[in-house]
Amino acid sequence: MTAINRRTVLQGLAVATGTLAAPAVQAQPTPVRIGFLTVKTGPLASGGLQMEQGLLLYLKERNNRLAGRAVELITADTGGVPAQARTKTQELVERNRVHCIIGPLAAFEALAIDDYIRGVGLPTLAVAAADDMTQRNPNPWFVRATSTSSQCAHPMADYALNELRMRRMAVIADDIAYGHEMLGGFQRVFEDGGGRVVQKLWPPLAVPDYGTYISQFRSNLDGIYMGFAGSNGFRFTRQFNEYGMGGRVPLTGGMTAVDESLLQNMGNEALGIVSANWYSAELDNPINRSFVELMRRDYRVDPGFYAAATYTNGAVLEAAMRSVDGRVEDKEPFMAALRTNAVPETCRGPVRFDQYGNVVGNVYIRRVERKGPRLVNTVIKTYPDVSQFWTYDPAAYLRNPVYSRDNPASRFLER
Amino acid sequence: MSGPLRGLLALALLAGLPWLLPGDFYVNLASQVLIYALFAIGLNLLVGYGGLTSLGHAAYFGVSAYACAWLTTQAGLGPAAAAAGALALGTATAGVFGVLALRASGLGFLMITLALGQIVWGMAYRWVALTGGDNGIRLADRPVVLGLDATTPIGFYYLAAGVFAIAFYTIRRTALSPFGACLRGSRDQPRRMAALGHNVWLLRWLAFVMSGFWGSAAGLLYLYYHKFVSPQVLALQQSAEGLLMVILGGASTLTGPVVGAVVITLVKNLASSYVDRWYALLGVIFIVAVVFMPRGMVPGVAGLWARRRAPQS
Amino acid sequence: MQFYVIQTLNSLALGGVLFLLSSGFSLIFGLQRIPNLAHGALFMLGAYIGTSLISRGVDFWAAAVLSGIAVGLLGAALERLILRRLAGNEQGQVLVTLGVAFIIADVCLMVWTGDPIPVPAPDGLRRPIFAYGLAFPTYRLVVVGVAVVMAVLLFLLIERTRLGAMIRAGVDDMEMARGVGIRVSRLFSITFFFGVALAGAAGVVAGPIFSAYPGLDADMLPLALVVVILGGVGSLLGAFVGSFVVGFVYNFGTALLPDLAYVILFLPMVLALVFKPEGLFGRARP
Repeated sequence: MTAINRRTVLQGLAVATGTLAAPAVQAQPTPVRIGFLTVKTGPLASGGLQMEQGLLLYLKERNNRLAGRAVELITADTGGVPAQARTKTQELVERNRVHCIIGPLAAFEALAIDDYIRGVGLPTLAVAAADDMTQRNPNPWFVRATSTSSQCAHPMADYALNELRMRRMAVIADDIAYGHEMLGGFQRVFEDGGGRVVQKLWPPLAVPDYGTYISQFRSNLDGIYMGFAGSNGFRFTRQFNEYGMGGRVPLTGGMTAVDESLLQNMGNEALGIVSANWYSAELDNPINRSFVELMRRDYRVDPGFYAAATYTNGAVLEAAMRSVDGRVEDKEPFMAALRTNAVPETCRGPVRFDQYGNVVGNVYIRRVERKGPRLVNTVIKTYPDVSQFWTYDPAAYLRNPVYSRDNPASRFLER
Repeated sequence: MSGPLRGLLALALLAGLPWLLPGDFYVNLASQVLIYALFAIGLNLLVGYGGLTSLGHAAYFGVSAYACAWLTTQAGLGPAAAAAGALALGTATAGVFGVLALRASGLGFLMITLALGQIVWGMAYRWVALTGGDNGIRLADRPVVLGLDATTPIGFYYLAAGVFAIAFYTIRRTALSPFGACLRGSRDQPRRMAALGHNVWLLRWLAFVMSGFWGSAAGLLYLYYHKFVSPQVLALQQSAEGLLMVILGGASTLTGPVVGAVVITLVKNLASSYVDRWYALLGVIFIVAVVFMPRGMVPGVAGLWARRRAPQS
Repeated sequence: MQFYVIQTLNSLALGGVLFLLSSGFSLIFGLQRIPNLAHGALFMLGAYIGTSLISRGVDFWAAAVLSGIAVGLLGAALERLILRRLAGNEQGQVLVTLGVAFIIADVCLMVWTGDPIPVPAPDGLRRPIFAYGLAFPTYRLVVVGVAVVMAVLLFLLIERTRLGAMIRAGVDDMEMARGVGIRVSRLFSITFFFGVALAGAAGVVAGPIFSAYPGLDADMLPLALVVVILGGVGSLLGAFVGSFVVGFVYNFGTALLPDLAYVILFLPMVLALVFKPEGLFGRARP
């Protein structure tokens, strides 16, 4: 993979703009500058690198032109550290004078730059999943085309209840807000439908070994729900199998537990895991088929959560730019376009946005299956038009506090 | 050039810097450098002058930042009271941790400080009701201090510069005072100092507490600058970076840690825009610096300068 | 009952891995007084090299040895070219070893990218053992065995060979050792190579449990430090006992007191240090 930095993008752009026919009235002379906040060093780097791959692919397919204007991508490495995320955002705005930002990756990065974004009025196509960014603390400059942490957990619980007929489950997730919110959403729908969460385990994010947790699972479980981030789902599943639990208790997962990027290195221990996400590389629409094809050709990997996130953001950005005839400099109409456009064709299917700037789109239930030499997330059910509030009334939903370790309250825990 | 003149020149440079920089972004960068330089010179009291290498200093940085954030957002205190509370809590933490850590020396000391730092870090993650967990706490606004509006980049710069100048002056006075001499003595010859009747433990503990105080001050500035605090400020990486700034620049000099802070902050924030593998670059800088300037950059450069000026004898 | 048995086995397995990880660190610090803060990164590098070797068909145990040697050679070069100049300059050593750790971490990210890579356990050890209604990963029990074997070999090396005698002499009193004619600089190179090689090999041996992923270095280093400090620097017995103490405290603590999950690793160490600063088996230094 070539390391793209600002210099090479600028050089490439110089060539591209040099070949433009200048006198055309529609084509504006200065390129649109897109800031890209991602993580390229440190433990979160794998997601960040995939975000970059997805975005570069989108732009490359269009010769770095969106809605008739040339675009320049300026990549900034936040290292996964909130202070650095904020500094990089300031650099993108003040030094590079970007028109909009794609990213950041992590929830705490988004929270760190939240007030700055509001202050300067910077359209931000966020990837981070923090629920409250589009719920109780909505930022008018955010638009999120991926999902909240709990958005995909709600339908997963529904599926577990009604199709998998599970009634008695244990949940295990990373002890961070992402895990809390995912599990909270799952538990709420699961218990509202008559199920019982009898055990909740919260391993710290960077725990070396899951052995001690695996040995704590109660007996007679119908299933286990995993809310892991990063590569933890990978390690947990392997160890789960090593302890002889594989096949005895079905595993279900959240958005990133069996991400495509992890599947490529997993073996038979992953077969049969059911998870819910707003994307799967197996989605059968023309845009996705071509996207997956290109990712395999250029980067030799299947796209997962992160690559699809930026690829979708690219589509949302392009659609908004089209609506304003490329005039991104007029921030208000541009932001309004970002949040009100319905984009019927993206790699994840149709997307539109609710009044808080969060996506309303399909959520797919997938099962890990073997297809030839590789493991894939086969789509077995589609929940269309899923919003961040599931089937609940938004006003009532927002009156509850955000999901946390203790919310919803655990009424059925067995100890 | 005499001492006071050098000091005045430095002060003038500090005051005039924002006007020389080509934009708000650079002023902000300078403010960040000052925050970490403050952290580093405080740490240097312990590491350089006290000879006690600590890998848990971020604890005071973070405790102070969190305390101020909590006191402002949850307890509704005004900025002065919140800042005072934060400094008090951070310094008190240093006092307690100092008692624990000074049970050992050398690697044992390093490990206890590391462990205590990790414990505080873990608490920040776990105690969500108090700290917000990994979502952190957000501050609504920077304060107005003595008429200085810190909400603007230049305003904040002057706040940071003012605090830094006071800190530098105070630390310098401390280092050059009899206390400083005793401290250095206890670093170099603890047994002899004890034989001479000095309370070595007390000297070290006082250095620990003072160092914790300045770390708390830096944490306070950090909170005001970012208006956000999350468990990362307490992470081992933060402590390690502070220690690296001190050692890279020159541990037992006054200006060394400042130089170290400048280098590391600039590499992290500027070089990372041009170099993808800036993290490895940082590692290379450490190694090269130590190989050619084993006592740190400031003593190394000073040595080079002295050698050039001295006639060949 | 089942719970206690499984957690005990978990603790033994974790203890075994920790011993493999920390014995090298203890050796190096005990003899040369160098806090090798690149230890976690070298462990990770060994794990990554192991994955590359195994994916090319090399046998698991051979890969462990080869990785160890490769990493050991890197360590020996580091010692000879850089660390030797910094004798006595503890802070400089901290800076250099951290610098090396940074570089290794970034290079691993570049070469092996950010996704986790599994280290397959040797054939035949992948299925769990079923006994008395319990299932336990076979490989983890093997790791305990490897740790014990390693401990015995190291013990024999240190206590029964001439090289070991020289090492012990150096740990006890460097000046005297020099005085009686021991070639200290050669000894340093050998122990450094050996200590680092142990870490690299440990990375492969622990691979089937932890896998190789970015951040493994930062996760492992505190563990190694805790074990060595708790057990007492320079004492192999201390490293051995310390490893298992940490293993037990960690496993049972996390299971019984989940709220203390973040601190359970450090609490016993802090307590031990507050009461016995030189560690369980360390010797008090002036």
